[in-house]
Amino acid sequence: MKLHLKIWRQKNAQDPGGFVDYDLDGVSPDSSFLEMLDLLNEELIAKGQEPVAFDHDCREGICGMCSLMINGVPHGQDREPIKQITACQLHMRHFRDGETVVIEPWRARAFPVIKDLIVDRSAFDRIIQAGGYISVSTGSAPEANAIPIGKKDADKAMDAAACIGCGACVAACPNASAMLFVGAKVAQLSYLPQGQIERYDRVVNMVNAMDAEGFGGCTNTGECEAACPKEISLDFIARMNSELIKANLKGGR
Amino acid sequence: MVGVMSFPRTTIGKKVIMAVTGLIWIGFVAGHMFGNLKMYLGAEHFNAYAEGLRTFGEPFLAYGQALWLVRIIIILAVVLHIWAAVTLKMRNLQARPVRYSKHRKLHADAASLSMIYGGVAILLFVLYHLAHFTWGLSAVHPDFRPTDPYHNVIVGFQNRLATGIYLIGLVALALHLYHGTWSMFQTVGLNNKSYDKLLRGLAWLVAIIIPLGFVTVPLGVILGILS
Repeated sequence: MKLHLKIWRQKNAQDPGGFVDYDLDGVSPDSSFLEMLDLLNEELIAKGQEPVAFDHDCREGICGMCSLMINGVPHGQDREPIKQITACQLHMRHFRDGETVVIEPWRARAFPVIKDLIVDRSAFDRIIQAGGYISVSTGSAPEANAIPIGKKDADKAMDAAACIGCGACVAACPNASAMLFVGAKVAQLSYLPQGQIERYDRVVNMVNAMDAEGFGGCTNTGECEAACPKEISLDFIARMNSELIKANLKGGR
Repeated sequence: MVGVMSFPRTTIGKKVIMAVTGLIWIGFVAGHMFGNLKMYLGAEHFNAYAEGLRTFGEPFLAYGQALWLVRIIIILAVVLHIWAAVTLKMRNLQARPVRYSKHRKLHADAASLSMIYGGVAILLFVLYHLAHFTWGLSAVHPDFRPTDPYHNVIVGFQNRLATGIYLIGLVALALHLYHGTWSMFQTVGLNNKSYDKLLRGLAWLVAIIIPLGFVTVPLGVILGILS
């Protein structure tokens, strides 16, 4: 199949960047979106041009590296019945022959473009460093059943832990807010006994780190949840909010 | 970094302030709407209700004190609500300096995307409404009598332009209430998937019943039910 691509090209963080049009022929409907970009890059290299830089790693939807805004939707989940997948799991059969496909990087002040479609998501790492951990003495692995965890809490913690930190929530949010990511990370540890020790310091520190990175605020539009490839629920934002309120009511005690 | 002084500086703290002050205003508009329905009981009853708002609490409170107490609370609430909204909006605008050339919405409804614009519309409407029925400025009300609110309402709504402005104001209120009511619970952490449908339903109820109660008065005047 043939495609008309409109791709954001930007040399580096300082370059203003702009869209460049490419016509690509011979795309297999069975190839993945990233394989389609590989095909384009091979053609560009053969012509002696600079290939399009884009983030990717596992290509099986679990690492959270791919970060493409495809036709105005993070990861390009814009056609039924496909929804909530990563860009690497999107296949070309969901596009029409001859279709124009617009590919942009995530847009957020906290996610500056490094090159072309690659953005710097280390803001997420700094938020995790602020509190997304538990402090334990390392050593031999403890007996798994030594700490009982209720089924419901374990399920919720696992649902929150499904977040792969790709940043689609920030990309989708009209305010470029990171609430869904931070909510998932705060909530995950809040349900588990191991997370109780630093529970209230964690939410305060992570929310402060989130705000310091320049992400927007939440207006409860639900765009993040709809775009999340891991179906992280808005419930975790509510959970983070109540955690922060509780932390403040405790006043650091 | 916790406590009364730092909490409102966080994006979440500002939202909690919006939720709490919004709840105060939902309570106020619900009470206001209920009071307006007394128009249907006639001039004597309605005017007595308006006077009663001022004599409420006597002899413990002086004339007008209870009314002013409520006014001070809602003014403080609206000032905080606007402060939080404006500071958050400024932050949100700065959070995405380069816009997308294409950005499709997957889920967001018109109510959630228009909160700030609806809020501005409601604020302008409230100022008009105060000039119309509270201050009785001659530029907006042709025949304002401070001691006869029933008369003021009837005369005020005989003007089609005034009625039109009220209808627009109420549509803005309905949208704002719909997203605001649900959002309030989400923001203070009282929402989850098992309550979500219930809270959405509550938001629908609030967004329909309050504006609908309000709209019966200008419509009643236009249709000649109230005169």
